[in-house]
Amino acid sequence: MDQAVERVMPDTAHHAEGQQHPIRIYLWIWALLFVFSAFSYMVDYFQLQGALRWALILILMFGKAGFIVAVFMHMAWERLALKLVVLVPPLALLVLIGLMAAEGDYTLLTRLASFTP
Amino acid sequence: MAANVLKAEETVPMQEGLKGVVADWSADKQAFRMPWGKAMMWIFLLSDTFIFTCFLTSYMNVRISTTDTWPNPSEVFALHIGGTDVPLLLIAIMTMVLITSSGTMAMAVNFGYRRDRTRTALLMFATAALGLSFVGMQAFEWTKLIVEGVRPWGNPMGAAQFGSSFFMITGFHGLHVSGGVIYLTVVALRVLSGFYDRKGTYETVEIAGLYWHFVDLVWVFIFAFFYLW
Repeated sequence: MDQAVERVMPDTAHHAEGQQHPIRIYLWIWALLFVFSAFSYMVDYFQLQGALRWALILILMFGKAGFIVAVFMHMAWERLALKLVVLVPPLALLVLIGLMAAEGDYTLLTRLASFTP
Repeated sequence: MAANVLKAEETVPMQEGLKGVVADWSADKQAFRMPWGKAMMWIFLLSDTFIFTCFLTSYMNVRISTTDTWPNPSEVFALHIGGTDVPLLLIAIMTMVLITSSGTMAMAVNFGYRRDRTRTALLMFATAALGLSFVGMQAFEWTKLIVEGVRPWGNPMGAAQFGSSFFMITGFHGLHVSGGVIYLTVVALRVLSGFYDRKGTYETVEIAGLYWHFVDLVWVFIFAFFYLW
């Protein structure tokens, strides 16, 4: 490609080649998302309870989320710099979730101790 | 001078791994080798992740701390069909519709980069139509619950916090879907008119696709935590 053009639109040139994948990959992921969704619906339909229910819900959820981000959003083919920018900050949310779970437990115990007959 | 710097950059091979991260961030150049719109969409989606996580976390908090029993979503969202209650049926259909729309969107992005104008636009219109039917089903679900007496401040089935969590979380998600339908329609019309052929790039289709897949992604988490848990 001509140097001048390359300088004006370096990204277009990079991308036209970078993000073309065979349709087959998308169809596979699409099918897998259907299967995973069907399974997570089954978890409720057959009323699985306890640790098994929660484990299955979480595994299927993270599986689906991973497929969408990695393939549909093309994260698997992006550079590590972008992967880190998008995927690392949400880890801070784990702290929030942990704190709010502890807080919720504390509120529940206080309510049980003080506000229930 | 500036031209020389750019030329030097083009000849230096890009490093991989952690060294690549340091090089990308520290060099006096553009950090992300992608259209600025795409980088900004990722940053926006990151901020949206925080917003939705805050909603889901507050839902977790009120559900843990309430002394009332939480209404059983399996029963609340059941549909009465053929004399029996099928649990969570509407939500399952909505999930499938949204996944299908994500698939058509992924294909639209692919055809966009192949410069296939008609197929790209058609797949995007299909995506928008599926999104619209999702919003329609959500409106039906809201109506059903409101008729049954669910309000943000209370409901006949149990813990009062159920209503506020439900309307806030699904409402905010539905707003994203509605916005996405408008966004996709505008981009699809521009695809059809040849706007991106004149511009020389179909990156806008991929950026719109990122947004749409994110809406699907959020639904995965809402489905798991609000409807199945």
